[in-house]
Amino acid sequence: MQIYLPIADQPVNILLILAMGLAVGFISGMFGIGGGFLMTPLLIFLGISPAVSVASVTGHIAASSMSGAISYWRRRTIDVALALMLLAGGIVGTASGVWLFTLLRKLGQLDITIGVSYVLLLTIVGGLMLIESVRAILRAQKGKPVELRRPGSHFWIHGLPIKLRFKRSRIYVSVIPVWAIGFIIGFFGAIMGIGGGFLLVPMLIYLLRVPTATVIGTSMVLTLVTMASATVMHAATNHLVDAVLALILMIGGVVGAQFGARAGQKMRSERLRLLLGLLVLAVGIRFAFNLVLPPENLYSIRVIEGEE
Amino acid sequence: MKARPRTALTLVAIAAWAAAAVSAQAERLVTSLSDYQVMITSNFLGTNLVLFGGIEPEAGAPRRSGYDIVATVTGPSQSLVTFRKERVLGIWVNAKSREFPEVPAYLAFLSNRPLTAIVNHETLLRLQLGLEYFSLPQRSNGTSETSDEPFRVALIRLRREQGLYREESNGVTFLTPFLFRAFIALPAYVPVGTYQVDVRLFAEGAQIARTPAPFEVAKYGVEQIVTAAAREHGVFYGLATVGMALATGWFASIVFRRD
Repeated sequence: MQIYLPIADQPVNILLILAMGLAVGFISGMFGIGGGFLMTPLLIFLGISPAVSVASVTGHIAASSMSGAISYWRRRTIDVALALMLLAGGIVGTASGVWLFTLLRKLGQLDITIGVSYVLLLTIVGGLMLIESVRAILRAQKGKPVELRRPGSHFWIHGLPIKLRFKRSRIYVSVIPVWAIGFIIGFFGAIMGIGGGFLLVPMLIYLLRVPTATVIGTSMVLTLVTMASATVMHAATNHLVDAVLALILMIGGVVGAQFGARAGQKMRSERLRLLLGLLVLAVGIRFAFNLVLPPENLYSIRVIEGEE
Repeated sequence: MKARPRTALTLVAIAAWAAAAVSAQAERLVTSLSDYQVMITSNFLGTNLVLFGGIEPEAGAPRRSGYDIVATVTGPSQSLVTFRKERVLGIWVNAKSREFPEVPAYLAFLSNRPLTAIVNHETLLRLQLGLEYFSLPQRSNGTSETSDEPFRVALIRLRREQGLYREESNGVTFLTPFLFRAFIALPAYVPVGTYQVDVRLFAEGAQIARTPAPFEVAKYGVEQIVTAAAREHGVFYGLATVGMALATGWFASIVFRRD
């Protein structure tokens, strides 16, 4: 069953896109992430231009983080003050990301930037997650308790000025790293079409010592707002958001996420992190192959004016 | 398909028109398209337009050994850049580029036999018939130590792969010595805009008649609304997409609520 996508300007199989939405939604629900880092590459490998993929996936992640944020809100596990501070950096980061996206697209270097960002970010983060989760599993086997939060250990981030107390997370920390983290997530999210949950959650846990109880709900709020604003900004500047594509993805995504969340609850958290790390690393390596192997087509065309 | 009865009608109309035509010229060329407007709707997967034509020799016209037809279909004009990847620090990046400030988004040459068999090279070059002879002016971006030709060749090859540039030496079929038919294949990726069909009649290596037949490709219905909204009201379009996302997310959280 084919449907013609008005902005991507090509027909796609609606059932295939729906299935992809379901599958990525399942994984995102299982790990409590947006799943953009899987969805954007899948669309690119399907032949949709990287620019349209990134811009449309931002809408899809907004939908999945919306349903996530609502359920965390009901459980009262969102640190609103922390979310707002992250957002202050996040919005600026998103705007900068969209600006750079537009500039790179003009220069013909957008696709390669998306590719390189995926390789660097995903292999580094995937590798770190893998190492951390293997250590945690080994520690658990030796019978020691798995402790993510080590309250005693402080490093330079905790010495920064303008400290604020975030009551719900029970942390007392400078707003500078909070803004910086928000900025980084918004910036890469807008360029790469990712919500950044897989990046944000470890950052909040390891750098800011946010307890696991509030970390996912709070990160969902940041993802929701940065991705929603990225969608509007991409639509306003590059006119590349394919609403039809986004709608099919989000329907598959939100349904899949519900089943994924149930599957995720049955698994141990360090096992989950190991799986997620492997997944992140695999996508990064797949992108690396694309960059290093001689391309099938040395030449490519980009329309700069007139109907695409 | 729906086109069938219309096709038959067109044939009859052309035959009648051709028969009634009175002209001072030696040959008259009459053409008609099966459709003058192509609608891109949500189930659009590409389409074929049928071009019909009749040749009407006048009384006293010299006897010809045979006719040849070359139909040139040109889509709306685009400005585009062709990039070439090169290896930089082990990875492949777009290093060299050429800008083509004005090229047709769609280009097809349909003829009843190979173009070189119809007229000589000079004529093909002069009339810009054939992908090889069609002029695609380019502008060099910055350093230009590389030749321009590979970029032109690559552009034509990539466009041919997409089905947007085509050269079909058996694209025109003569039904009778004076009546011909051609299929204009429009792929799913066909750009919207005005298309020109330029039909030329050749005999003994010389052009003896020529007639135009334009048609329109337009998005229709939902496709048209979405595209227009995205281009003209980007902010509202973005807000509407976000609204849709939030509604979908909210709806899912209600439907699947467990607590």
